[in-house]
Order: sequence, then structure tokens, then C-alpha cells
Amino acid sequence: MTVLEPKTSFEVSNKGFYGRFGGAFIPEMLYPNVEELRQNYLAIMADPTFQTEFRALLTDYVGRPTPLFLAERLSNEIGATIYLKREDLCHTGAHKVNNTIGQILVAKRLNKQRIVAETGAGQHGVATATVCALMGLECIVYMGEIDMERQQPNVDRMRMLGATVVPAKSGSKTLKDATNEAMRHWINNPVDTHYIIGSVVGPHPYPDMVARFQSVISEEIRTQLLEKTGHENPDYVVACVGGGSNAAGAFFHYLHEPSVRLVAAEAAGLGVSSGHSAATTALGKPGVLHGSRTILMQTDDGQVTEPYSISAGLDYPGIGPLHAHLFDSGRGDFYAIEDDEAIRAGFQLSKLEGIIPAIETAHALAALPKMNLQASDVVVVCLSGRGDKDLATYSKYL
Amino acid sequence: MEAELTKQTNRITHVFTKKSTGLLNVYFTAGFPNLDDTVTVLEGLEKAGADLVEIGMPYSDPVADGETIQQSNMQALENGMTLKTLFEQLADCRSRVSVPILLMGYVNPVLQFGVEAFCQKCQEVGVDGVILPDLPLDLYLDEYEPIFQQYGILNIFLITPQTSDDRIRLIDEHSEGFIYMVSSASITGSTSGVSEQMLAYFDRINAMNLRNPRLIGFGIKDNETFQMANQYANGAIIGSAFIRLLQENGADGNEIAGFVRTIKG
Ligand SMILES: Cc1ncc(COP(=O)(O)O)c(C=O)c1O
Repeated sequence: MTVLEPKTSFEVSNKGFYGRFGGAFIPEMLYPNVEELRQNYLAIMADPTFQTEFRALLTDYVGRPTPLFLAERLSNEIGATIYLKREDLCHTGAHKVNNTIGQILVAKRLNKQRIVAETGAGQHGVATATVCALMGLECIVYMGEIDMERQQPNVDRMRMLGATVVPAKSGSKTLKDATNEAMRHWINNPVDTHYIIGSVVGPHPYPDMVARFQSVISEEIRTQLLEKTGHENPDYVVACVGGGSNAAGAFFHYLHEPSVRLVAAEAAGLGVSSGHSAATTALGKPGVLHGSRTILMQTDDGQVTEPYSISAGLDYPGIGPLHAHLFDSGRGDFYAIEDDEAIRAGFQLSKLEGIIPAIETAHALAALPKMNLQASDVVVVCLSGRGDKDLATYSKYL
Repeated sequence: MEAELTKQTNRITHVFTKKSTGLLNVYFTAGFPNLDDTVTVLEGLEKAGADLVEIGMPYSDPVADGETIQQSNMQALENGMTLKTLFEQLADCRSRVSVPILLMGYVNPVLQFGVEAFCQKCQEVGVDGVILPDLPLDLYLDEYEPIFQQYGILNIFLITPQTSDDRIRLIDEHSEGFIYMVSSASITGSTSGVSEQMLAYFDRINAMNLRNPRLIGFGIKDNETFQMANQYANGAIIGSAFIRLLQENGADGNEIAGFVRTIKG
């Protein structure tokens, strides 16, 4: 596989800021862990033996490159040319594994024996448990008690892969609280443990490192789109945003291509102003959560609000700091997608293209009719994951 | 000149000039177990002989805290505690207590309140220092140090067994009042006890001859652990054990006095 030089990156400052967002707001107990990572991650990733190993695993184990599929029937329905970047065809069923492969290789080079992770939908937990099995490392995954119920198949997958799944029982018992618990675990085990964060959130250098590992998505899109259309650049790249890792990967190589609009779909739950929503940019203000300054859903008193979405992977009160910056600077267009709209889009894709998307991904598809697309527009949707894990939810709408 | 003045008048600095060993700093969560218990507990602790008091500003996501303090935070928030309410409760506390007061909490509520407005309020009600574990040293130095100094509020930093000597020196240079020595790599409320490793860390810090006094926190829960801390530092900070007392007995002056007596021995 050829490695394209990135045309661009998110241009993080050396203290980890994207504009006014980012940084490393961590207690001193985490400082040595995060600092060790910060001092080493770029050198490790630049090492040719690392790159060779990473690329080989992406090819032979994950199954990359994933196809770029022209969805003709969906295109007719929407009235534009829609390509699907098939991250759902990655081993384990979502883009999450691109990051866990990268981070487990970093962890091994830092001589870590144990991995801790948080998970929402369970996709990141499964992707982490998978690479831990592959590399023979111990794996502990924190998952909100509520998410364990609504994503039961993924809990069983993690256990079958040898991971210990620990319910997070504090707060809203979802992704935010699982992340708190994983951080506490890391504080208690600072020397031998690496924390594999599942999205472009957390203290610097996590957002940058995760975005770099996911950037393979847009690296491939450029090559594939060029082959198929004669142009590297689409008019739009669309992705759902929980923390924002699949979006960061899909946007990465297009950030400084002004003709490419970057479209992020957030989960509006029962509606932006219903009080049951996870539409962070619509409802949030600048604040600090999980080690970075970002846009955050919170009360006037600075308490983090409990979000709601039908999709466990988007049920998070913040977004990655690099997305907060895209929003702030106007570079990204953010759409708030309600539960029902996502479910309808999930059924639409299933019937038109024979692909059942994850409910997270369905939020990205539901943005398409809202974008005022022209017939000549070329759109790439990041199809971040497959929907098998969501059948219990989808089946309520059958 | 101005900085010199505040140093002299700050109650935290003052308590360490009067006493160099056996200092007890007790943590409790504001608005816990009941919303209006804050000042009752504060007064109870002063009467009981606590040398410093650390009032927790409750937060929804206290990542450095174990279950006991997490739950007290949740309870206080359910009781309706806010930073604004806390400052109202403390508005005339200085007519009743003279013990040094620190506010401990997480950075987001302070950012929403506004860092300058927060420091101003602290000064107004008579708070002497602040502990914000997730306010990073470099950001504090870049953006906030002059504001804290302007209002005479001491920002207390943490060190842990993993903190490098160079970083400890840097923290010592920018600290006033005392340095908070986290006893082991853990969140609050850990019960791991005293290990060889821990003692080696205490010895290492002692040998550094830092300019600031030190209090040891995390895992201090009874007279034995308190005495141990006194051997290696100027005193100790106790949190989860006191929260458990409040949880069981409410804000009762006699219980608080009994607790402090038992700890101090
Ligand atoms: C299929 C899928 N897409 C998207 C997400 C959201 O994560 P991110 O915003 O980091 O891509 C998840 C998270 O679990 C997921 O499983």
C-alpha cells in the first residue's frame, strides 16, 4: 500500500490546542502517563518498523483498504452522487479498530502489560478486546451499566475475546461515566497500563494520535475517488460525531481543501430542545471534560449534563476538541439528527442498498436530505459501522 | 511588594509558621449531607481542632475521586449545591471561624463561574487557597497565576510518587502555603495501606529540602496513618473517612469533635 503524504492535518499546537480547544486538563496523578505518551507517540509512529507493522495489520487483519461503494439507488433517492466509505467492512464491524491496532502497537513499544478502555456502543470495547487477544495483553473495558443492557451482544463478544467488562455505575451510567472509570483505573495503575481511548477525545496527545490513526480513512478515499471519478475531492464528506473519530479520519486529508465541505451529524435524541438530546454543538458551551477544553453540554453551574441518544456511541456530552474548533471556525457544518430520522435512514439504506448500518452511522445518512444537495454534487458518507449490534433496537420499528 | 503582603496575611501560610508538625487538614463536601450543613461542619471542625479545612465544590465528574467522595458530590448536587450557593453560605463565615479554608474541586465549574470572579469571591468571603487537581501547572502559569496572586488566593499543587524530581522542583517554586503529597498512585479513598514503596517516596521528598511544607493525603484514615504522615511531612489530609462519618451521623458537632480527637490521638 502506498502511503500518501498528508496534505494537511488538524494542526495541533505543541500544548495540544486546536484554536481555543484541546489541551491536557489532567490531575497530577495522570501527568506522568500522559507525558510519557506525549513525548513518545510521534517518534513511535514515525518509526518505519512501526509503520510497516501497522500497515500490514491494517491490510491482513482489518481487511483494508475498505471499499468506496457507489450507492446508486440511494443516489437516485437523494438526488446526488453518494459514495459509501465501507468502514463497516473492517474486522469487528466498525472504524474503531483502525485506532486500536495503532494504539496497541504504541502500548507494546511503551512496554505496557495491560490495556484499559471505555466503550459506549461496545464497538470500541470489542475492537480493543480484539487487539488485546491478538497481542496477548490483558484487557479491562469499562462500559456504562445502561449501555451493557442495550448493547448486550457486544458485551458477550468482549467476554469471548477474553476481556473483563466492568459496569460503570456512576452518574448517567453511559459513555461519559465509563470514561471516568477508565481514567480512574489508569490513575490507580500508572506504570504498567495503557489507556486506549476510543475517540478523538481526552487530554492531548490523544485527539491527535487517534485522528492520525483514523486518517487512513480519508487517505484511501482520495485514492479511490480519484480512480473512480478522476477527482480526489468530493463536494461533501459526511460523518456522524460521537467523540468524532470516524469523522476526524474521514475529514483529515480534506481539511485544507476549501472546496470540500465537511459535514458532521450529531445525535439530537428526542429533539434538540426536548431535554433528551446529545447535540453537543447545538446545546453546549466551552468547558472541560475528560482532559480537554471542548464544547460541552453543561448547566450554568458547570455540571456536565447527562446526554441522551438512541445510539449508545453518540450518547456523549462533548465532542473532540478538533471538532469544536471546526465548528467554532465555521469549517464544518453540524446537523442535529433525531432518533426517528436516524432509524428511518437506517431502514432506507438497508432496503435500497442491502447494507444495515450502525445506528450511529444512520445519523450521518439522515443528514443527506437536509443538505440541499444538487444533482451534480459528489458526496462521500463515512459508513462507520454495521448494524448487527443494533438489531434489538431496530426490531422495535419493524 | 503586594505579593509579600498577601503571603504574610494568608491564613494558610500563617498556620504553618505557628506549627510545623501534626497539622490536620480535613476535607468535606459542601452541601453534604444536607444543603445547609456546610457552615455547621466548618464550625464543628474548627471547634474540634482541625488546623485547616478543605471544602469540596461538588462536581458531576470527579475523576480523581473514589466512590465515597463521588457519592457525596452526587448527593450535594442533588441537594441543589452550586458554587454560587456555596459563596452565599460562606458569606459571613469569617465572623465565626478563623481556621484556614481551602476550596477543592474541578476546573470546569470554576471556568464557568469565571476565574477572576471566582478568585474575587474567594477573597471576599475569606477563602485562603484553592485545590483544582485538573488545572494543569503550565496553564495555571500561562493564564491564571497573576489573577490568583492579585486576590491573594494560594493555588495548592499535588505531587505523586510518579512525579519527577524536576517537576517537583518546578511545583515547589510556584507553590505557596503547602504542597499536597498524594501518598500513592490512586484516587481518593484507597485502602491499600502503607507500603515500603510509599515510605521510600516520602524519604525521597524529604531529602529534596523543598521550600514549602507538605501535607500527605489519600489513604489517611485513622490515628495510625496520621502519625505515620507526621513522621514524614508536616501533617496530613483526611477526606473519605470523614465523609463516611458525616454520611452515618450527619453534621453533628460532638461526632465531629470525637472524630478529630481520635485522629489526632
Ligand atoms: C459504528 C460507530 N460509528 C460511530 C461511533 C461514534 O464514535 P466516533 O464519533 O468517535 O466515530 C461509534 C461509537 O461507538 C460507532 O460504533
